[in-house]
Amino acid sequence: MGAAFYVQNLLGGLAYGSLLFLIASGFTLIFGLMRIINLAQTAFYLIGAYVGLTLITHHFNFWLSGLAGGVATALLGFALYSLFLHRYHADHLTSLLLTLGFTLMLDDSVLAIWGGDPHSISPPHELSASLQFGRLVFPSYWLALIFVSLGIAAVLFVFMQRTKLGMIIRAAVDDEEMTRGLGVDVNRAFYVVFTAGALLAGLGGLLGGPITAAYPGLDGELTPLAFAVVIVGGMGSLSGALVGSMLIGLVNAFGKALFPEFSYFTIFVPVALIMALRPGGLFGRTQ
Amino acid sequence: MIARGSWKWVAIAAIGLAVVLVLPRAGVPPFYVSLLTQTWIYAIVAMSLDLLVGFTGLVSFAQSAFFGAGAYGVAIAATRYAHTDFLTGILIGLLAGAFVAAIFGLVALRAEGVGFIIITIALNQIMWGLAYQWVSMSGGDNGITGFIRPKVGPFDVSGNAGFYYVCLAFLVLMLALLVAITRSPFGLVLRGVRETPRRMRALGYNVWLYRYLAMLIAGGIAGVAGVLFAWYNQFVGPGDLDLTLSTQLLIIVILGGIGTLYGQILGAAIVVFLSNGLSAVTQRWELVLGAIYFIIVMYAPDGLMGLGKRIVRRIQGKRAAAPLIENQLLGVTGDES
Repeated sequence: MGAAFYVQNLLGGLAYGSLLFLIASGFTLIFGLMRIINLAQTAFYLIGAYVGLTLITHHFNFWLSGLAGGVATALLGFALYSLFLHRYHADHLTSLLLTLGFTLMLDDSVLAIWGGDPHSISPPHELSASLQFGRLVFPSYWLALIFVSLGIAAVLFVFMQRTKLGMIIRAAVDDEEMTRGLGVDVNRAFYVVFTAGALLAGLGGLLGGPITAAYPGLDGELTPLAFAVVIVGGMGSLSGALVGSMLIGLVNAFGKALFPEFSYFTIFVPVALIMALRPGGLFGRTQ
Repeated sequence: MIARGSWKWVAIAAIGLAVVLVLPRAGVPPFYVSLLTQTWIYAIVAMSLDLLVGFTGLVSFAQSAFFGAGAYGVAIAATRYAHTDFLTGILIGLLAGAFVAAIFGLVALRAEGVGFIIITIALNQIMWGLAYQWVSMSGGDNGITGFIRPKVGPFDVSGNAGFYYVCLAFLVLMLALLVAITRSPFGLVLRGVRETPRRMRALGYNVWLYRYLAMLIAGGIAGVAGVLFAWYNQFVGPGDLDLTLSTQLLIIVILGGIGTLYGQILGAAIVVFLSNGLSAVTQRWELVLGAIYFIIVMYAPDGLMGLGKRIVRRIQGKRAAAPLIENQLLGVTGDES
């Protein structure tokens, strides 16, 4: 276990954390703003992966296919929100059970459309090589994924800090009633955030595909990680989602390397610690 | 002791019990007997969940973890260590369920309301991950087989009819236990905790402790149900403790009516017969089941009885008051925040 081991797992963990961020950023904002625990977020990821994969087999460009996966889930998310969820946004349990109903239906649809076989996803041609530094070997795609996610994170931060809609979202996360009281149309922000959350998760599907592959049940495996991210980072906080994603990605990578049978369990340790020390999460407000 | 008017219910319960007692002997096909056995087991877990949801105000998504802890506990004990007898098995379930609840409670009860929901989901998923990934102990996706239903004293219950009675007996026992608990002074404190935790705190009650004890009891009972389920299937797998099962249990609680206990038997029957019936009819049963969940959550948030009442009121032309689940469960703790 030399330095190569640590650097390798560090990079792998950050790459995994990058794809978690694409799921968790939407998850945390949807929760922070609407108090909806959107369990379908990882199902969006899976659908994004399959849609992208289908396009790739028809010789579309990797990045365009990924974007198409995101657009597909954005439309799906918009439809689900405007048809059903918007009525229940303050009702945690109902909205949660509804998103679980979606997840069951989406999972089964995925199985019906794409079958039960796992599909591996190759990175785009230009990034399929491995990089080698001395004894350290890692896929160049890892680095690309980390940069792409950080870029998306930067766009999100700028959007939240610099645009009017971002300001409204931040205000409504803090105090929805007061924001409404000031005459702001918060409902529009709800639609935007839910759709954008679905878009990010769907986008993550193909981008993360070279790491996670795509198979029925993948969404169920990612759900605890997304939850861990949000608990660690603090619910409703974008910075928390970023730091939490990277932390959980790293714990997952080192956990898998050191204790292969217990990777979920090793993730649970920081979650439990943070729950004990800071119940609101690293960036959350203590309730 | 028995209030006026409740004789009617005693009579209905007696007739119901008589019917379910003769069913396996009255030429009912074994398939239905086995579905009913499943119903009794699901009803036990759902009732234990109702103790948390309906009486303590804790919406837990971790109930299948306690159930699965019991199931895996007895399966591991039976296949790895020694052949377990009936009472040892039940005791293992009770302790395993309560033990997992004791750990989960320490973490989850630091949060309230929606935070509690999120943490119980995460914890439940971690139990699932443990069952799925700790292959050397749990068999991973293949689960554990190779154990049999032990004798109950001198009675051989390896047949489905015999085991039916075992589960029915446990259902009655656990129902009686839960009714006794919820009507005891302890149960009244739980209701107080559900309604106004802050006031209960001001009155000097240790709200945390009451919630914790409710979790231990619910965990223990769910663990026992898990043991019965392991014996019923003679198989345990990660599906016995996944999030879908936890949700199914909440749907049962909602269908039967939150805070009713008895209602959960009806809820369990509907969910068990529905999911088995659907899987016999269509390959896409999960899709249909998801849609049915959906409809239940949207249109029957106060259970079938509530739905019936609302339909009657609608017919009578009165405006139906439709309390959301939220009002019953989380809204009532509104004075907390």
